[in-house]
Amino acid sequence: MRTVLYILQKEFIQVFRNRFMLPIIFVVPIVQLVVLVFAATLEMKNIEVVVVDKDLSDVSRRMVGAFEASPFFKIKDFTFSIEEGEDKLRANDADIVLHIPRGFEQSLNRENQARVQILADAVNATVAGLSNAYATAVIMDFNERILVERLGPVTGQIQQVRVLYSFWYNPDLNYKIFMLPGILVILVTMIGMILTGLNLVREKELGTAEQINVTPIRKYQFIIGKLVPFWIIALLELSFGLFVGRILFNLPITGSLALLFLFASVYLLVAMGIGLFLSAVSSSQIQVMFLIFFFFITFILMSGIFTPAESMPDWAIKVNTINPLAYFMRVIRMILLKGSGFSDITREFYALGTYAIIMLILATWRYRKAV
Amino acid sequence: MKRFRGFVIKEFIHIIRDFRTLLILFALPAVQLLIFGYVVTNELKDIRIAVFDQSRDRFSRDITNKIMASDYFIFDGYLESSHDIEARFKEGMVKQIIVFEPDFGHRLMREKKADIQLLADASDANTANLVVNYTTAIIQDYILGLHTDAGGPLRIQPEVRMMYNESMKGAFMFVPGVMALILMIVSALMTSITITREKEMGTMETLLVSPLRPLQIILGKVTPYVVLSFINAVTIVVMGYFVFGLPVQGSLALLLIECLLFISVALALGIFISTMAETQQMAMFYSMIMLLLPTILLSGFIFPVENMPVILQWLSYIVPAKYFIIIVKSVMLKGTGMAFVWKETLVLLVMMIFFIANSVRRFKIRLA
Repeated sequence: MRTVLYILQKEFIQVFRNRFMLPIIFVVPIVQLVVLVFAATLEMKNIEVVVVDKDLSDVSRRMVGAFEASPFFKIKDFTFSIEEGEDKLRANDADIVLHIPRGFEQSLNRENQARVQILADAVNATVAGLSNAYATAVIMDFNERILVERLGPVTGQIQQVRVLYSFWYNPDLNYKIFMLPGILVILVTMIGMILTGLNLVREKELGTAEQINVTPIRKYQFIIGKLVPFWIIALLELSFGLFVGRILFNLPITGSLALLFLFASVYLLVAMGIGLFLSAVSSSQIQVMFLIFFFFITFILMSGIFTPAESMPDWAIKVNTINPLAYFMRVIRMILLKGSGFSDITREFYALGTYAIIMLILATWRYRKAV
Repeated sequence: MKRFRGFVIKEFIHIIRDFRTLLILFALPAVQLLIFGYVVTNELKDIRIAVFDQSRDRFSRDITNKIMASDYFIFDGYLESSHDIEARFKEGMVKQIIVFEPDFGHRLMREKKADIQLLADASDANTANLVVNYTTAIIQDYILGLHTDAGGPLRIQPEVRMMYNESMKGAFMFVPGVMALILMIVSALMTSITITREKEMGTMETLLVSPLRPLQIILGKVTPYVVLSFINAVTIVVMGYFVFGLPVQGSLALLLIECLLFISVALALGIFISTMAETQQMAMFYSMIMLLLPTILLSGFIFPVENMPVILQWLSYIVPAKYFIIIVKSVMLKGTGMAFVWKETLVLLVMMIFFIANSVRRFKIRLA
């Protein structure tokens, strides 16, 4: 036990001796947290519209007005040729072109129906899908309005379904409180996985591992010495991040913090176990970094931080069983935002627990005292 | 020149000798591309929806069937009472619950007006928004169908054309993004680390006392990565074409030149980072922190920059990947030429010069 304490002391001294380490560990990630949380939004506010109104009638003008009044759209320009509109799309100067053909009002009056054309820049399919949905909604709404005006009382004959919605746990659709826990997970993992991984291999590369190998320190003691400091630092980072989130973004903490930290400690063991294992199999910092990098990015993107994990293809969902970030990402959001209790996350908890044990055993086993 | 060639050869040998790193370097783009192409999409698929149908009539069943028939949603089951709603949400699988009021069909027939309530689990705001929008669209479509059957009154029919990406594939968005991310990481990270590695191991000193000039040392370090990164860029374009059906509408030569330009920017940035970092760990952390998240989030790769707060929009101007992504999308997908992307190209050029100038200024011939 005393040996372990000495190793711990050595590791802590080593981490904090480097004067750049503290800011790197605490300040920079938090700055990122604060800045980047704002970035991850799909809230569409300024869909830029180029209007090609060839009809110039009363109805067409009012429809353009309806777009103008919508908070989602910003009329960027008016023109009379579609080609010009398409040019704007091509030059990234507009997101959609609203084309009202000549004879729009006439056709509406005579044949009771008329067409408008929407050209959307679909390079980003998601945004195009949303813009399209909003545009259609504006047009439908406008349709309803003129319907009521023209038919008056007759509208009573048309069936209408009102769709009411309410957004639970987050009524304002504030994406920040959703993204914040996600980015926090990334930062905590970064500390846990990368620092641990680099640390061990650095000793190998500089040759100091050999010095330790000739001491009576046992393998498991050495591994514990490498794990505990970063485990503590990462948990501190998590607390710090939650605190900042609470103060700056009013992050709701609906569930139990104790449960969150319990889960986080197990999770960190997995992340660090992976880091250790990867560093045990590599011989230089570059190697371990690229290995970690590879898994880290893959894990982040598959974890469902930005995009719903349920919509991924089946094979990806299967791969996600070995993705620790996917578990933690789900659980941290469930606990913080929905107040889920232990019974809701039992499966994830035991899965990660098993995972931690496997990874640590693997890492200890792969670490050779002999060089 | 001969010395320089010798040095470049040495660097190549260094890289090729480390087989594992090399393997990752080449596997990275391929795997990442596949992951992005197939996994990271904002398209909704298989979202679980539960229904609390208090009416159970023809209309409510029709609407339920129509909603569940779409690829977006999976039917998770009927709820028996309103108490189940909270519990279902807390378990975390169900993302939306549709509530039909009692006598839904009755009211629709008699009073011509009826209510449907959509309860969405908005702890994921972005998805909730999409889910509700899609569901509403399906319901409206159903109602419109009822009208049309009844003869149909005044109707404005929107006709939508998805330009440049008719089938709305997510890959069109992600391939340029992955390209930027990979090139940035491979180039900037690798150079910054190899240079600091020489410093840390003390071999930099050996290089500095050699007759090679500092500029030659740096160029020599960088050349192999230009080659590696360029191979990666070509791999991505080829994979995008064959696996995801991404066309190269514009000039291939222009695309490749722009890739080279971006690689140079990333390498220059890597050199710049290495002049600031003393150990590999620090170089790595600088690169990770300055490059990874900003390149993913602020470049317009996943989230459109226009929707972000103004400060972040300004910040995004210093993210090189942003310009590269615009260029790739324009040239590759929209088929535009230099006339449309000269501004972005110019910005990248200026960035490159800035990083190189600063690195040269900071490059020390003597160590500590």
